[in-house]
Amino acid sequence: MIEIKGLTKKYGRFYALNNLDLTLQEGTVFGFVGANGAGKSTTFLILATLLQPTTGDVFINGINVRENPKEVRKMIGYMPDFFGVYDQLKTDEYLDFYGASYGIPEVERQKLIPQLLELVNLSDKRYTYVDLLSRGMKQRLCLARSLIHDPSVLILDEPASGLDPRARVEMREILKTLKKMGKTILISSHILPELAEMCDEIGIIDSGRLVAHGSVAEIQAQLKGEKAIYVRFAGSAEQALSFFETEPHAHSIALTDQPNELSFIYKGTEEEQIDLLKRAISQNIPILSFREHVTNLEDVFMEITKGDV
Amino acid sequence: MKAAFQNPVLFKELKLRFRSGKSFNGVLFYLIAICIFVFGFIFTTMSMTGVSYFRPDESLMLFVLLAFIQLGLVLFITPGLTAGTISAEREKQTLGILLTTSQSSFQIIIGKLLSSIAFLLLLIIAGLPIYSLVFLFGGISPMQFMKVLLFLFVTMLAIGSVGVLFSTIIRKTIVSMIATYGTMLFLSIITGFLFLVIIQVTTMGHTSVGAPPTSYMGHFFATINPAVLFATIVVPGVTEGITGMTQVKFPIWGGYLLFYLAITIISLFLSVKKLRVNMKRSK
Repeated sequence: MIEIKGLTKKYGRFYALNNLDLTLQEGTVFGFVGANGAGKSTTFLILATLLQPTTGDVFINGINVRENPKEVRKMIGYMPDFFGVYDQLKTDEYLDFYGASYGIPEVERQKLIPQLLELVNLSDKRYTYVDLLSRGMKQRLCLARSLIHDPSVLILDEPASGLDPRARVEMREILKTLKKMGKTILISSHILPELAEMCDEIGIIDSGRLVAHGSVAEIQAQLKGEKAIYVRFAGSAEQALSFFETEPHAHSIALTDQPNELSFIYKGTEEEQIDLLKRAISQNIPILSFREHVTNLEDVFMEITKGDV
Repeated sequence: MKAAFQNPVLFKELKLRFRSGKSFNGVLFYLIAICIFVFGFIFTTMSMTGVSYFRPDESLMLFVLLAFIQLGLVLFITPGLTAGTISAEREKQTLGILLTTSQSSFQIIIGKLLSSIAFLLLLIIAGLPIYSLVFLFGGISPMQFMKVLLFLFVTMLAIGSVGVLFSTIIRKTIVSMIATYGTMLFLSIITGFLFLVIIQVTTMGHTSVGAPPTSYMGHFFATINPAVLFATIVVPGVTEGITGMTQVKFPIWGGYLLFYLAITIISLFLSVKKLRVNMKRSK
């Protein structure tokens, strides 16, 4: 379980994080969404014991990061957004070094390394020098490295950044496997649909503040009461436009770039929405389709952060 | 000591350092250079004196030259080997990951220091058989030889610790390197210069009759200068000369040992303290 209470990080007058509160249950996959400089990496650095917060506390499995960072390090696996590797080490030596760094006995390490390499699909690269691996392979190796001491919490800062589509899919599949293993995963990414697919909860951070938190559906619900509706019709546009312009729940009515289609922002209840459609049909508007625009995570993110990306 | 023997950073660094052929080439060229110097010196001396043997006083001269060459090697190579140990990890973006492991800051720092000076130690140890040639011709006591090695090691450890400290507190390797070389130059050259200036100032106006005034500061600068220390070990009469100028009886080797061990301990302590951020609340 992760508890973040009033976490603030200031650099002079600039707030990198401003009074962040967040609680995540064990086994949750949490997606952290935010523009560059919003405060995602700062939060992760504090959780990874690499940055001192100005105020506030973080508890990982009940242990305060500020009071006992040594214990916290045993529980977390951290993968930074940018990282280097020791070029002259082979893949298995790289993992062996980090295994030893966590005090894992050599016999155990020798059993663990093939298992981890299999998990990240790098079994055939066991004796390859790390500098000969592709970017995607290095990302996967770094993920395997963060798992070597079997941490209960994984902190993954942009694990899929800079990867080609195939490597991204591979990374996503590995993360799904880790989710099944019951790990608590904090992951930040710019690829929002991917986060929506694999995360139990999403947090949107903007200028150091957590502006939205909940499941993807819950966050989408925060925008309820206001939705875009697209209407396709036969016949003349004037008739349809003049009808919707008289409707009190329809706002910002405009023709789309599709032929015979208009859109408007609907503000009202679902019952009123049904009545609106009934009225349109009774007024002989030749409606071919009447659909809500499905709000995806990117729309939610843009709306909440006011497009400040 | 346990940390040194169960130290993943130390073993990894040694593996990286000695995996490539560069280190072995370095040792090879160093030994070739030392061989050329030693045998060249013996050959030249015998040619100049016109005799077919090598006298003990010439052997002493060879020993003195070799001791100073090795001192120069330690002073100039140690900063280069140690001043990038932590900052280079920071620049390569491997430090963050390393600091999230369970290794203690002491383990990381001591692993970095020992692995960095291991190469220099290897150079010195590999050169011992050639160095020992001086024993064949007499003029040198084994105690003098051991003292030279001991003080080379102490100097290497102290300069190395300073390098690791600067590497920890300074983000850029190049700046850390400059700071470490600056410290080394201060200790090996500026202190000697200050010693001479202070002695001149102290004895200014002093008549030649009777002992000169006591100069603790002068003695201190002489004590912490590696070249002065090595001169007191290998050149007879230097200790008496300095004591006569400063009128301070404290042994130079004792002061040197204390000062350089203090530098080592303070540098390592600060490096360990500064390696990781202090997560606790600032009071």
